[in-house]
Amino acid sequence: MGMTMAEKVLARASGREVVRPGDILECSVDQVVQVDLSFALMDKVPTRVKSPEKISVIFDHSVPAPSVKDADGMAIARRYARKFGLKLYDVGRHGICHQVIMENAIALPGTLLACGDSHTCAAGALNCAARGLGDAEILHAACKGTAWYIVYPTVLFELEGNWGEWVSGKDVLFYIADKHGDFVNHNLEFNGGAVEEMILDDRHTLATMCTELSAEFVMFPADAKLLSYLRERTDRAFEPVSSDPDAVFESVLPIDVSDIEPYVALPHSVPHNTIPIRKLDRVRIDQAFIGSCANGKLQDLSAAATILKGKRVAPEVRLIVTPSSQEVYLEAVRLGYVSTLVEAGAVITPPTCGACFGHHMGVLARGERCISSSTRNFKGRMGSSESEVYLASPASVAASAMTGYIVDPREV
Amino acid sequence: MLIKGRVWVFGDNVDTDLMMPHGAFDKPRSEQAKWVFRANRPGWVDLVKKGDILVAGKNFGTGSSRPAALLFKELGIDAVVADSVNGLFYRNCIDFGLPAFNCASVSDSFRENEIAEIDPRAGTIRNVTTGISLKTGKLPELLLKIIAAGGLVELLTHEGYLEPSGS
Repeated sequence: MGMTMAEKVLARASGREVVRPGDILECSVDQVVQVDLSFALMDKVPTRVKSPEKISVIFDHSVPAPSVKDADGMAIARRYARKFGLKLYDVGRHGICHQVIMENAIALPGTLLACGDSHTCAAGALNCAARGLGDAEILHAACKGTAWYIVYPTVLFELEGNWGEWVSGKDVLFYIADKHGDFVNHNLEFNGGAVEEMILDDRHTLATMCTELSAEFVMFPADAKLLSYLRERTDRAFEPVSSDPDAVFESVLPIDVSDIEPYVALPHSVPHNTIPIRKLDRVRIDQAFIGSCANGKLQDLSAAATILKGKRVAPEVRLIVTPSSQEVYLEAVRLGYVSTLVEAGAVITPPTCGACFGHHMGVLARGERCISSSTRNFKGRMGSSESEVYLASPASVAASAMTGYIVDPREV
Repeated sequence: MLIKGRVWVFGDNVDTDLMMPHGAFDKPRSEQAKWVFRANRPGWVDLVKKGDILVAGKNFGTGSSRPAALLFKELGIDAVVADSVNGLFYRNCIDFGLPAFNCASVSDSFRENEIAEIDPRAGTIRNVTTGISLKTGKLPELLLKIIAAGGLVELLTHEGYLEPSGS
């Protein structure tokens, strides 16, 4: 009986030949990523760490610091990073951790990565087994180099068919949320011809968003596209994993992407709460947001710039755009996306998680409604508990910013 | 070890942003606890008592890595049992020393103010009020040890891995 991708990584990391669903393992983690918010919320700092070369500290949640508490957390993190010689992605060299993890090849195929943010399964797009950890266990991983994992059953999605206009990984996720709901206590694996066609950014979006289905590890194949991306970014050796031909999947779910159209998630949750945008009645918006670990990438700013070129944001709408890293920001400046968006009336913020979790750079007032390309639409997520967040792809958000109501980008 | 207490019942998909709203982030821990469920059940924090148990529906704790489990500990909650516990929230419960259990139909088997008795080693939860008993799945030894230590922060502090707070 063979193993799935995640099972193979967990077996190696726990020093076992074979692992099966139900096993509980103590694993050596290959990379530990700590973020600014953990230091602000926990006020705990290690006196010693297991392997400094395996630890990265990334500033992303509150950049630049909007409060003294955030600034204090960052000061603590800087002292900690300097004391142990850890790689620090400080303000100006920073980005949303999952983007930085990808750009800097901190996540590598076949490895196990621990990070104290819930959207860590994003790194699954790089064939890396990664899931979000809490603040206590990320400290443990830094201090002792280990974390515990439960082996969960795996569901395999096989994506085939042709991609429609303005249909992206975000829409695939919402389609899955519509048809299948959540995947609590399950690993997910994606393959198929339609996955091969996806650019890495879009796979990363899909992997990131699986957090909203409560998935554990999310794994993508290490194909030529991924390997060529990594070759440009690292000399470190790695060993990709693929599922065995006789790997055991709890279920195999075929998806024909030709059936998928631009989708929207309605307020306050994602599973079983998404519909094709064209089935939505006219919903007016106050704010449009493009950003977050899910959708603040170059592909996303490109889509927004394509839609908004020569157009204007609707008079009563504000469009906020947050590139997901300094690297993305600079490239978007070079390619002219930033000027196109500013000409259309957008505000560009520095890379930060800020607006997505209602921290800064786009907080919603009572009674306001936002269409957002971010990850999450919980009640009060982006500000007032009396505000509403609809989620969609950057193309759909850009189109909606232009019309003033939520619209299918194929209609503008 | 038996955990016995009065039960509160919550529904499906209760998320971390309801448990620990963003507005609580910059407050001291004791004050953060007063923000729990402010948007979905205002006033609940004034009714909850030390030793109470949370029973919930599916995907309890869906959402972020924020330390919401700590706030339940601060409020005196002794255990969390849900039809399904979100994976990350489950980790946070265990690693902050709060026993958490998956139990498929638990939310149908309890009403508020009934008394639950959990046996983590045997893997059972009993409704003392109605006599119904359900299997929770046993907590593995590895996780029981973390809970017994009071969580990973306490474990690391005890072993000298963490600087004293405020230093």
